[in-house]
Amino acid sequence: MSALIQATDLSVSHAGSQMPVLRGVDFRIDPAEIVTVVGPNGSGKSTLVRALLGHVDLTSGRVRRMAGLRIGYVPQRVHIEKALPMTVRRFLSLPRRVGDAEAGAALARTGVPGLESRQITALSGGQFQRVLLARALLNDPQLLVLDEPTQGLDQPGIVAFYELIEDVRAETGAAVLMVSHDLLVVMRASDRVVCLNGHVCCEGTPQVVSAAPEYRALFGAGSPGALALYQHHHDHDHDHVADEGGHAHRHGPDCRHQH
Amino acid sequence: MLDDFLTRAILAGLGLVLVTGALGSFVVWRRMAYFGDATAHATILGVALSFAFSAPLYLGTLGVALAVALIVAHLSARGQTVDTVLGVLAHGALALGLVAASFVPSLRSDLDAFLFGDILLVSRADLVWIWGGAALVLGLLVWRWQRLVTASVNEELAMAAGIDPARERLILSLALAIVVAIAIRIVGALLISAMLIIPAAAARGFARTPEQMAGSATAIGAISVLAGLGASFWLGTPAGPSVVAVSAVIYTFSLICYGKG
Ligand SMILES: Nc1ncnc2c1ncn2[C@@H]1O[C@H](COP(=O)(O)OP(=O)(O)OP(=O)(O)O)[C@@H](O)[C@H]1O
Ligand SMILES: [Mg+2]
Repeated sequence: MSALIQATDLSVSHAGSQMPVLRGVDFRIDPAEIVTVVGPNGSGKSTLVRALLGHVDLTSGRVRRMAGLRIGYVPQRVHIEKALPMTVRRFLSLPRRVGDAEAGAALARTGVPGLESRQITALSGGQFQRVLLARALLNDPQLLVLDEPTQGLDQPGIVAFYELIEDVRAETGAAVLMVSHDLLVVMRASDRVVCLNGHVCCEGTPQVVSAAPEYRALFGAGSPGALALYQHHHDHDHDHVADEGGHAHRHGPDCRHQH
Repeated sequence: MLDDFLTRAILAGLGLVLVTGALGSFVVWRRMAYFGDATAHATILGVALSFAFSAPLYLGTLGVALAVALIVAHLSARGQTVDTVLGVLAHGALALGLVAASFVPSLRSDLDAFLFGDILLVSRADLVWIWGGAALVLGLLVWRWQRLVTASVNEELAMAAGIDPARERLILSLALAIVVAIAIRIVGALLISAMLIIPAAAARGFARTPEQMAGSATAIGAISVLAGLGASFWLGTPAGPSVVAVSAVIYTFSLICYGKG
């Protein structure tokens, strides 16, 4: 199976700082796979996403994207100038025009039906987030790239969001690359979790990651949900973590150390 | 009919607003006002150069405006503080142009015409340049409309859709340079920015989509040209300032009617 995106030995520095934001990151995502990147604030999650999309210059390494890959992208932050009049309907037709039926269906799907004629800058944060998601679902994407897509969503909205992601994957076979802080849900909804802190601390199935010492070092044994969830369901697996295809990559017990 | 200078002036003005509506909307959306000023002020240097070398007027204004656009695009790509660079370029080029103009005796007396526009000076050749330039820029904007709007809405969303925002920005910069260069007869170097921004700002209040804003800005620009040139003709007021004054009045009404837009 050929990867949709494959990155090897990725390093990225931002202008004006010597410390690289990402160091030697290897990453791949295959068709129909749901991969979630977790990590503390400032750990380089958004930078990784943008590097994979080709939006930032790399200091080293390379990224290979499948030719003609159709991507639906929801960035972490989208600012739209108030001076630019834009209805939701018109926004959905950028840059490729879509029919009214298609636009309406996408909005209904993300829980904001009938919003077409509203000005985009007059939406609430959660409504805007849903419209962004609706736009990302248009044009039959092969890969959804969602950077903290549930920010601003209400609790039922978050649950519905993860169900929607599952549905889309099941229906269209689209892969999903997500950045999320909803550890509890992430552990349930993802096929693979990548724990990032400038480099890949640990990665693997949710079970593997939530048991990894690197993950515990970052999120603490008291991190709500994830570990508890893991222990609750998978207590018996504890000793087999390494055998379960767990990542061989080890950085010592404290992942916070920069090196 | 083209022998009548008022007809020629009106045709010139309408040719100009054919593009200032749409282009001015981009200037407002992308906060390129200062960029427009820099390019426009620099065209005075172009006027001085074409007089000094007895070259066609528009060759000078076009050459200098395009050069400034490219310099600014280059500098801003290298992460310079664009505001400062634009300030230096805008006023440096204006000062240099005024100094250069003082060495050209034939220019000294009609410098005002190039700073503020003069309808009496619009010739048939001007009409060809103005309509040619306007048609070129309008064609460019229509051709790339979806890409330009997407890149103006949000650069990250544009990049993910395979659009290169830097390229779209450069295209708008070059389009702006062309419009500024051809506008010198009608509104002059000092007021072309106003001609771009004010009709678009007035249109913002009642527009719901980018297309509505561009269309309304074009209509407001056309009304301003007709009313302004009329005032210039019957009251003897300077052409450029009259046109801009009318659009400012329309802007004020739009504020009153539609709130703070
Ligand atoms: N444009 C930029 N210029 C300079 N530094 C940047 C820039 N963008 C991000 N950084 C730095 O790069 C590091 C990683 O940022 P990034 O946005 O990738 O973090 P993140 O993991 O997405 O964080 P969060 O959870 O807060 O979204 C941070 O230290 C940040 O300060
Ligand atoms: Mg982020």
